[in-house]
Amino acid sequence: MADKITVGHVHMSGCTGCLVSLADNYGGLLTILDKYADLVYGLTLADVRHIPKMDVALVEGSVCIQDKLSVQEIKETREKAAVVVAVGGCACYGNITRFARGGQQNQPQHESYLPVGDLIKVDVYIPGCAPTPQMIRNVCVMAYLLLKGNKDQQELAKKYLTPLMQLAERGTEACGCDLMYDIVNQGLCMGCGSCAAACPVRAITHEYGKPNVNREMCIKCGACYAQCPRSFFNFDVIPEFEGIMEAIAGALK
Amino acid sequence: MAGELGKYKLCVSARSSDKAILSKSQDGGIVTQLFKFALEEGIIDGAIVAGKGDEPWRPRPFIATTVEELMSASGTKYNISPQVSWIKEATRSYGLDKIGIVGTPCQMQAVRKGQLYPVGLRDVPDCIKLAVGIFCMENFPYQSIVQLVEDHAGMRMDAVKKMEIGKGKFWVYGQRGQVVQLPLKVTHKYEQPGCHVCLDYVANLADVSTGSVGSPDGWSTVFVRTKNGDDIWSKAIAAGCFETKPIEQVKPGLELVTKLATEKISKNQKTVEERAKFGVSKGLRNPYLGPK
Repeated sequence: MADKITVGHVHMSGCTGCLVSLADNYGGLLTILDKYADLVYGLTLADVRHIPKMDVALVEGSVCIQDKLSVQEIKETREKAAVVVAVGGCACYGNITRFARGGQQNQPQHESYLPVGDLIKVDVYIPGCAPTPQMIRNVCVMAYLLLKGNKDQQELAKKYLTPLMQLAERGTEACGCDLMYDIVNQGLCMGCGSCAAACPVRAITHEYGKPNVNREMCIKCGACYAQCPRSFFNFDVIPEFEGIMEAIAGALK
Repeated sequence: MAGELGKYKLCVSARSSDKAILSKSQDGGIVTQLFKFALEEGIIDGAIVAGKGDEPWRPRPFIATTVEELMSASGTKYNISPQVSWIKEATRSYGLDKIGIVGTPCQMQAVRKGQLYPVGLRDVPDCIKLAVGIFCMENFPYQSIVQLVEDHAGMRMDAVKKMEIGKGKFWVYGQRGQVVQLPLKVTHKYEQPGCHVCLDYVANLADVSTGSVGSPDGWSTVFVRTKNGDDIWSKAIAAGCFETKPIEQVKPGLELVTKLATEKISKNQKTVEERAKFGVSKGLRNPYLGPK
C-alpha cells in the first residue's frame, strides 16, 4: 500500500467523458486503484473538498476564466501535484469549448474557456475526445513505473512519456489543419490512414491516399495529429511493443 | 536478431499450397493464404485488405470477412491504400473483436504506435490479432501510377493484368499478353515523398512479413517475428497451408534482402539528416525526434 502513488481527478469545464473513459477500463481500473494508485481527489468519486497534495493530477476540461473557483483550483492543482496530466481534448487544446461564446444558463457570462496549458505548466498530454480507456490506462501504468518502478522500469516510463511531454510543450492549439501544416506540407505523409481512424467525429476522409479534413466538423481534439506515425515515432519505444503490451496486460491482471 | 531486417524468429522461402490462391497471387500468395487460414480457424473475424476501388488499379481498404472477399483483394497495387483508416471502424461498424490487417512497413508502424499510444483508437489495441507486413521500397500516389502506365508504358489502366517491381525494373503486363518494362530511373521521381524518410524495408513491426525479394519466382520470403506470429505460422504450417524451403537454400536469398534493406535505410537516413538543414538556418520536421 505504501508503494501506491496518489492520483486526483480535477474537473474543469468538460463533459465527464474523460472520467467515463477512465472508468471504461472496468476491472483494469479496479486493479489500478487496488495496486497502484490511491484516488485522493475526484468530484464524483472521492469525498474530498479541497485539492490535496498528490503525485499525479489528471485534469479534465478547459478552464473558464470568468469562473473564479476554476481558476483558483487549476492554480492550486499546479502547486499541489508533482505531475499534471491534461486528459482529453478540452484540457489539452480547448476542444469543443473553443467554440463557446457564453450565453448559457445559468451563467451566461461564462464565455471564455482556455486549455489548461494557457494558465499553468502541463507536464503530459493525452489528447482525444474522449481519450481512450487504453491510452489513459497505459499512461497510468507508466506514471506508476516512473515514480515507483525499478531503474529499468523508470527508464522505459520516461521514454514512453517523452513524446506526450513534448506534445504538452508543443502548445495549446490543435486542429485537423495540423495534418496539413506539420505532416503533408512537411512532406511526411505516407497515407496510412491513422488520422481518419483516430478522428472521433469522422471529419477525415482520404482522397487518393492523403487526408482531407472537413474543417467545419473538426472539434479540435488533437487526436489525428497525435495518432499520426509521422507526428512522432519513437524508435526506442514502439518497436518494443510486444514486451510493453505484455507488461501492461500483466500489470492489470 | 535485429538491425535492418528487424527482429525475427524464423525466415523461410514459402508459397501457398492452394493452387487457386497461387493463380491470382503476386508471388507466393502468403498474405491471402495466411488470412484465409486465420479466418477459417477463428483466429481473426475479418481482415483489412486492399480491395478494388472506384478506378482501375486504385485500391480501397476494405474489411474481408469471407474467403471470397479475401481472394478478390489479392495482388499488389503499387499505390496508396490507407489501410489503418478502417482499424477502428472494424471494431465498430463491423463489430470485429479479432482483426487482421495487411500493410506496408509504415502502416505496421502506425498499427504498433496505435497499440502503445491509442490516442483515438478506443478498444483497438487489444483487437489486433494478425498484422501482416509487406516489403516496401516506396509507394506511389494513384496519379503517379496512371502517369507511369498510360504515359510511359503507353497502356490503358483497365487493360493492365499485373504490375510488378523486380530485377531493377517496373513491369506492366497487359491483358493481351504485352509486357512493358520501365527502368526504375523513370519511376523514382513519381514516388510518394513521405516514403523518403521511411527507415523500414521489410516491415520490422509486423507479426509476419513477406515479399518477393530473396526468393525465386512464384515464391515469397517470409519473416516470422512475434510470438503471436510464430504461433499462427506454426499452426498454418501444421495444417499444410504452405510449402517452405530454408532461406539458405534459395537464390538470391537473404543476402539480396539485406542489401536492399541497407540501401533503402541508409539513403532515407541521409534524407532525414538533409531535411534538418533544408533551408537557410531552418529545417524540415523530423518525426523521429518528437511531435514538435
